[in-house]
Amino acid sequence: MKIHEYQAKELLRRFGVAVPRGYLAATALEAESASRQLGGPICVVKAQIHAGGRGKAGGVKLARSPEEAQQHAEELLGTILRTAQTGPAGQEVRKLYVEEGCRIARELYLGVTLDRESGRVTMMASSEGGVDIEDVARNHPERILRASVDPLTGLTPHQARRLAFELELVGESVDAFVRFATGLYRAYAATDASLAEINPLVVTVAGEVVALDAKMTFDDNALPQHPDVAALRDPAEEDPREAAAKDHELSYIALDGDIGCMVNGAGLAMATMDVIRLAGGAPANFLDVGGGADEAKVAAAFELLLADPNVKAVLVNIFGGIMKCDVIANGILAAARQVGLSIPLVVRLQGTNVALGAQLLAESDLDIIPADDLGDAARKAVAAARAA
Amino acid sequence: MSILVDRSTRLLVQGITGSAGSFHAEQMMDYGTRLVAGVTPGRGGTRFANAVPVFHTVERAVRETGADASVIFVPPAHAADAILEAAEAGLRLVVAITEGIPILDMVRVKRALAGNTRTRLLGPNCPGVITPGECKIGIMPGHIHRPGRVGIVSRSGTLTYEAVAQLSALGMGQSTAVGIGGDPVHGTGFVDVLRLFEEDPGTDAVILIGEIGGTEEESAAAWIAEHMTKPVVGFIAGRTAPPGKRMGHAGAVISGGSGTAEAKLEALRRAGVALCDGPHLLGRTMREVLSAPARRAQHRRERRGAGGVRVVPARAAKAPDREA
Repeated sequence: MKIHEYQAKELLRRFGVAVPRGYLAATALEAESASRQLGGPICVVKAQIHAGGRGKAGGVKLARSPEEAQQHAEELLGTILRTAQTGPAGQEVRKLYVEEGCRIARELYLGVTLDRESGRVTMMASSEGGVDIEDVARNHPERILRASVDPLTGLTPHQARRLAFELELVGESVDAFVRFATGLYRAYAATDASLAEINPLVVTVAGEVVALDAKMTFDDNALPQHPDVAALRDPAEEDPREAAAKDHELSYIALDGDIGCMVNGAGLAMATMDVIRLAGGAPANFLDVGGGADEAKVAAAFELLLADPNVKAVLVNIFGGIMKCDVIANGILAAARQVGLSIPLVVRLQGTNVALGAQLLAESDLDIIPADDLGDAARKAVAAARAA
Repeated sequence: MSILVDRSTRLLVQGITGSAGSFHAEQMMDYGTRLVAGVTPGRGGTRFANAVPVFHTVERAVRETGADASVIFVPPAHAADAILEAAEAGLRLVVAITEGIPILDMVRVKRALAGNTRTRLLGPNCPGVITPGECKIGIMPGHIHRPGRVGIVSRSGTLTYEAVAQLSALGMGQSTAVGIGGDPVHGTGFVDVLRLFEEDPGTDAVILIGEIGGTEEESAAAWIAEHMTKPVVGFIAGRTAPPGKRMGHAGAVISGGSGTAEAKLEALRRAGVALCDGPHLLGRTMREVLSAPARRAQHRRERRGAGGVRVVPARAAKAPDREA
């Protein structure tokens, strides 16, 4: 689960991580009053959406007076921001964060995430702050410093100190960085985060170390243990179909093709997308109904698929293992009748009771295109979508 | 012959009274697995299906029944602790089926198991392991399997079933099929299983099924190039998956330009693995590979270079979770 910058900063503050003062604003007037409360010669008005790259897309503006803050807010609120991470559809700006400005001496990068190879959490730091860290990782991997964290001890002060010295921090900034980094790790571990990223991390002219931006993502599986974190969810930022799928315990990801896919198992669902591409088509989604899909889940998944206006044909690919093919066939038939199927449906069933399942589909009054294997199914679905 | 489990394996089920645990416990018993005990805290002293004794703790279950393997159906919030309990009781094999264990829980489990040479963890979020005709530990449909000489190792459950069903239909049985699971932090990895198959006289060839995310397939490719003498057929799911999107499995995500299918396919191709464009081709490709063993062996020798010294890998008496 993702959260907004202002939420991440509030959370980090509780762990002793230094962040600038700021206020949330949902209207231009609130932005004006926030700017007034902050005082200071300069403030920053920042669009709050669940995507990075806001600065480049014009979602972050400097204001030298409360009136200017209000003016920026009027422009930003309600606009659609298109950043490198939102995709072409963009994301509507509903909230702003008005933050005090600071005098920047250096921009650094600091991130915490899982290192899969070692099975440990790792802290990454770089003197290349404020730029796309993935570019740095690709082009100059040596410029990314790392500290692997033992879950027994957490990030230790000496590890943080090493990073500080390698970043060539001096004087009070070293201690400030150590406090910042250890606090950031504690916040990550205490909330079961999957990513905590400060980009840029700023060293001010006065030597303070503060988070200019903050991004946090959480492990969905741990949210039941952290109701305070779960409460930070903003459904307005989520794809409505992906949110609906979650309610039915379906794993769904919207894509931009025209062949709707319904598959059991994540690996098989991915492979189905691959084979559709191989056959010259484009999948409209990734949809895993789970290894033990039952009739009700199949029906819910079906409705979800057909709600996508881009879908011109549907490919159902189910390996009935413990779940029998005749039960799945009945689920498909019930759902197709209920939803009123008007587009071609290609079904490939394999596994337990496959003959019985195939017979049920063949004898139904629905126009179902049967397929033998995944290659055959993909070819038929692509042909059906083209003809539609 | 086989790897990891056989007819002598004595299994206990953690979470045997839950809905998934009880359903699959019965399925495993029907398959012929020697299910000797169940564990559910608070339900000790009862019997499962009027036959299998249930205990409060794994320690007691092991002491009284001599169980040497465990399968975990405990809900996600308590599953990491269940793994640790099984390891502390000294079980040889722990198979964690549970999906949705928090990643940091697994980070701690992995830390706790570091240096533990007795317990091998399989999973979590995996279908389990089966040696056809002898022992099934997990949730796979037993009846699609046939005893035979092809080994399977996979990150995906249903793709494993696909491979098994195709092999069985084409008359090729399986020595053992192993699901290592779809989570980013897990126990036994590709390399551990490949090493076991390489050393197993009952396995002639191996199917490896990977997916996007992480670098484990690349490590497997490096190990294959260096040590594997048996032919390997491979498939990687997720060639068309968009970056940054988690494709069902917690571990199946391309991030920061790493974990792409292309990188994995390229590494495996260079290691001499016969790759398939789709999972529906796994069976056919294996048949072709097995029908031309001499040619493949020749290819392998040439690739490795003449006169090279074969390194015989040490028996896998090592931490279950280390790979490469």
